[in-house]
Amino acid sequence: MTPVITADGMTIRFGSFTAVQDVSFQVGKGELFGFLGPNGSGKTTIIKALCGLLTPTEGTGTILGMDIRKHAADIRRHVGYMSQKFGLYEDLTVAENLTFYAGVYGIKGTQAEQRTKELLALTGMEPYLDRRVGALSGGWKQRLSLSCAIIHSPQVLFLDEPTAGIDPVARRSLWDLFFQLSGQGVTFFVTTHYMDEAERCGRVGYIYLSKLAAIGTIAELQQLPEANPKGTVRVQIDAPDASMELTRLRSMTGVREATIFGRSIHALVEQDDLDAIRQQLNGASVERIVPSLEDVFVTLTYEIMKERR
Amino acid sequence: MKDLFYGLWPICRKEFTHIRRDPTTLFFTLAVPLMQLFLLGLAVDTNVRQIATVVLDESHTQQSRQFIDKLAASDSFHIVAHVDSADKLDRAIRAGEARVGVRIPYDYARRLQEGNTARVLVLMDGSDSSVAGQATNASTGVAMQLSLAQLLGNTPMPVEVRPSVLYNPSTRSANFFIPGLIAVLLQMMVILMVALSLVRERERGTLEQLTMTPVAPLALMVGKMIPYGVMAFAELCVILAVMRVVFLVPVHGNVLTLLVLSVPFLLTVLGLGLIISTKAQTQAEAFQLAMATILPSVFLSGYIFLIENMPPFFAALSKLVPTTYYIRILRGIVLRGAGLEDLWMEGMILLLMGCAATGIAALLFVRQRRHA
Repeated sequence: MTPVITADGMTIRFGSFTAVQDVSFQVGKGELFGFLGPNGSGKTTIIKALCGLLTPTEGTGTILGMDIRKHAADIRRHVGYMSQKFGLYEDLTVAENLTFYAGVYGIKGTQAEQRTKELLALTGMEPYLDRRVGALSGGWKQRLSLSCAIIHSPQVLFLDEPTAGIDPVARRSLWDLFFQLSGQGVTFFVTTHYMDEAERCGRVGYIYLSKLAAIGTIAELQQLPEANPKGTVRVQIDAPDASMELTRLRSMTGVREATIFGRSIHALVEQDDLDAIRQQLNGASVERIVPSLEDVFVTLTYEIMKERR
Repeated sequence: MKDLFYGLWPICRKEFTHIRRDPTTLFFTLAVPLMQLFLLGLAVDTNVRQIATVVLDESHTQQSRQFIDKLAASDSFHIVAHVDSADKLDRAIRAGEARVGVRIPYDYARRLQEGNTARVLVLMDGSDSSVAGQATNASTGVAMQLSLAQLLGNTPMPVEVRPSVLYNPSTRSANFFIPGLIAVLLQMMVILMVALSLVRERERGTLEQLTMTPVAPLALMVGKMIPYGVMAFAELCVILAVMRVVFLVPVHGNVLTLLVLSVPFLLTVLGLGLIISTKAQTQAEAFQLAMATILPSVFLSGYIFLIENMPPFFAALSKLVPTTYYIRILRGIVLRGAGLEDLWMEGMILLLMGCAATGIAALLFVRQRRHA
């Protein structure tokens, strides 16, 4: 499969500050690639570099085979971008926003009309055409924002925290749209803070402190040695009062991490101490589990912090 | 070349829609400069007339009364009170009741008759320099007239000056003041409009979205300049009409030349507004920066103070202020009937400044969008 997005040893510095350090990855055609990391870890900077808005200090990248250093303007004609800020003009109507972005991408006349119709059918926005955007709810704004971002039928879509701050129903229907487009061969690059969204992605990259800490499918990440340190086991503990047990558990020797997951506890414990811990928990069920995606990222983060110290 | 302006028309059209969508803002944008024109145009008279004057006549003679009558007859002085002591004379000036105090000493008439120099003390409030200057000139004039009359008797004047003022014969302040005011008002309106429009996009996040589209930076800049330039041009026409019809300022030159030479000035101030918008993160910041450009354009442009009288450093500085050139153009055409052949240099300088400002704004925009 030919990669649609590549980053090759990309390093981006602003003065003495390194925003992105030696990041390399590839995203194939039609893939839904999730990009995770705390705020300020360099996610948006990487998107900007891939869209040709800033030139990497070292390394390079390509979009659809075009080098980001040489073909910045061409790249922007072939990619769509949507962020949590919507990027919509609130004093203009839905139709006017669509017309504007069509114009910006050089789509005119019947072609623009045709494409607008398609998008209205896709998003169900038809009844709101003459409504001012300021009067729309967050979910509809999001749909319009997506429509504007894909009005030029881009093959690549960059979504920067696209669902931040919208309700779960709107979030799910937006993801349904993503899957539909992805099925049509559109490649997605999505940053998010939501683990459930990350789990919907085919592949996930995790960036921490400007470095790409891990990349792979969910299953691959769960098997990562860094996420399952040697001599430890990951267990799920079901106790009647999980929050009470958590405090107790954290004080026991051999417990590296412990956190509440729903009504149970996920913990990372030393293999050698497992039996002792099991005894102290008098009777609560202790089962070995595969780490959740969140477990993986938390453990990865701890490991990196330990290394840096 | 086409790539340099990619996306120009969609931006331009969208901007017109914004303007149409918000009639209140449109109304105030157009009405405020007109209101200011009326206010300042009616209020300001730089010619000094009818200076409030108090008189202390210690001489009480026919001769001293003649001096006072001469003062009162001139347009410069308006006698508001007679006092009976030097103390009261001082106090009247200090309290601001009068700007000028005239004290005629008790020996005034006697010295005149004896052929000695009779002295009159004229006290002036120096807190307004133009009043003090005018009072000095006018009172000296009165003294000269009386001296000559005394010396010559009925012999005709040996020398006489016949002043004839060209270009603004009635020396009306409005004729001189309003053309300059036009430049300042236009500048304020244009800079604010264009700067706020771009900063608003930054605040709302649409600017970030635009940077991810193929829209070229220069297209974004020019696409913003055209709609606001058109509005400013319309406003200029209205202001010129008001100047002519309401303030009765005659236009000696060609109005068309004036309109043509206004285009490079508008380009320059539009560019300045864009530069401001790349520096300001919020609308409040943009507003403050826009206001900061107003002071130099008022004080260093020759609008109020003569550039010829400035210290060399500030005179040089005034050459960097675009308003300087536009005021020259306005006054040249309106007051002196100057034509394109006299003012093409000013037009060229403004055109260069305008292109430079636009280019700088686009470059700054490209540089900062990386971090935005």
